Amino acid sequence: MSQELVLGIYVFIMAIFVGFEVISRVPSVLHTPLMSGTNAIHGIVVLGAFLVAGSADTPLLHVLGFIAVVFGAANVFGGFFVTDRMLEMFKKRETLAPKGEAEKKNA
Amino acid sequence: MLDVRESVIALSYIVAAILFIFGLKQLSSPATARAGNRLAAIGMTVALGVTLLDRQIVSFWTIAIGTLIGAAIGVYFARTVQMTAMPQMVALFNGMGGGTAALVSVAEFLRLSRLGESIGAGESTSIVLGTAIGAISFTGSIVAFGKLQEILPGRPLQFPLQRPINALILLSVLGLGGFVVVGGGGSPALWMLFVAALVLGAMFVLPIGGGDMPVVISILNSLTGLAAALTGFVLHNQMLVVAGVLVGASGTLLTLLMSRAMNRSVGNVLFGAFGAASSDAAATTSVVGRTVRQTTAEDTAIALAYARSVVIVPGYGLAVAEAQHTVRELATDLEKRGVDVKYAIHPVAGRMPGHMNVLLAEANVPYDQLLEMDQVNGEFPQTDVVLVVGANDVVNPAARDDPSSPIYGMPILDVDRARNIIILKRSMGHGFAGIDNALFYHENARMLFGDARQSLTQVGQALKNV
Repeated sequence: MSQELVLGIYVFIMAIFVGFEVISRVPSVLHTPLMSGTNAIHGIVVLGAFLVAGSADTPLLHVLGFIAVVFGAANVFGGFFVTDRMLEMFKKRETLAPKGEAEKKNA
Repeated sequence: MLDVRESVIALSYIVAAILFIFGLKQLSSPATARAGNRLAAIGMTVALGVTLLDRQIVSFWTIAIGTLIGAAIGVYFARTVQMTAMPQMVALFNGMGGGTAALVSVAEFLRLSRLGESIGAGESTSIVLGTAIGAISFTGSIVAFGKLQEILPGRPLQFPLQRPINALILLSVLGLGGFVVVGGGGSPALWMLFVAALVLGAMFVLPIGGGDMPVVISILNSLTGLAAALTGFVLHNQMLVVAGVLVGASGTLLTLLMSRAMNRSVGNVLFGAFGAASSDAAATTSVVGRTVRQTTAEDTAIALAYARSVVIVPGYGLAVAEAQHTVRELATDLEKRGVDVKYAIHPVAGRMPGHMNVLLAEANVPYDQLLEMDQVNGEFPQTDVVLVVGANDVVNPAARDDPSSPIYGMPILDVDRARNIIILKRSMGHGFAGIDNALFYHENARMLFGDARQSLTQVGQALKNV
């Protein structure tokens, strides 16, 4: 086993703990946006597609790399934009809605 | 020692990892969620930007064109998709990520084999796992997308010898994987593994009912994270390991939280939960001797206008009919008449946890009117009228009373305890679980058939004449 692999496993295990800790308490309202947000973050795999596509030296590797980059970029961009659209709704509720309703109730 | 360029990349990766962690942290609280998503997006930009400095990358054309096309597809769908279709969008993007992980693993194996380098056991194991998990996530997500988009039937798809066939495919994936790891077979074996895993992913999701898709998507989401982390081992890239594992771990926790909200164990969801029982139940629709009572928009308006308290229970039917604005207008009119209006939100109403909150927030429904299941269940006996708008399984008393029901044990909204129940529904069709609903035959229940938005508009107009 290489020193690098050991280090990788070490990072892997530490990241598991961080991943569990960081979202330990989530209201159910946020389950969908959170899933969508983590979905965007695993789009990081497009980084691997960059490395494969950028170093491709056969037609097959070019094709595989290209498809991988397209898929990965769709994951990253689609993921972050869709999450932002979902969360935009929450913001609207906090700023606009209570004010409007409060006025109606007072009237 | 790392040279300047390598140091810049390594340090930027650390910055990106910190941004991801803080982004995730903020995503789990309503006030900061949107900022958290942006923080994570900045982290992504940093990570991807510095990767282009990597010496391994010699040609930028494929990357540039591929990124442009992928980004265009992603942004287009993310912008134009209707709020009701969000769940399947997440599934689709997740599938793309899984596909990327599988392709990267395969491509790296091909590159290493061609160079004639010996592939260590650690690397080949990572390649095999990355390929298999990525491919399973890819086709699994596509099938989940198809079910939610109703291209594929939402009910569990079953056929003879399903389990033996699935077991056979699983064994061939494991066998081929072991074969590649010990150094036999080379790239043909890895390709076969890739194809077998693609088939396995589809077979794994097909027998799961549409109602369980949120949990399935969440599982596939964490699997894609894991696959991304494995490509990090293949490419010796710590950024991929850290970000992939963060998603794998937080996604697993999220899966557990979601299935707890549905009172289902993850194993129950995956391995033949709703299965055959639901098709039997579907066959014995509307037991003889039980009749439903219909009502009209006018009668509904009168019942609502003279009620002191009204609880609205939204479900997927509201999302399909895009009736969230209409229902809010009706609620506002009722409030002007002094009626106390609340919304009861079942944690899994709609197709995803939080689905209803998002829709009602879009229609500017005040936050304090949205009650969660535990808050509202005690109030139903004192509620004059419950208006069920396109919800079905989440108000089915069978989940509470009938141990033979496939959804027995799922927490429900006890709307059958209210004084009057008015159910807006398109037809007597079944909900996502594909089972009959005893609530419709309840003596206090009245059905108002039709599209939710049209029915609500008619009720709203009738209300003006009361």
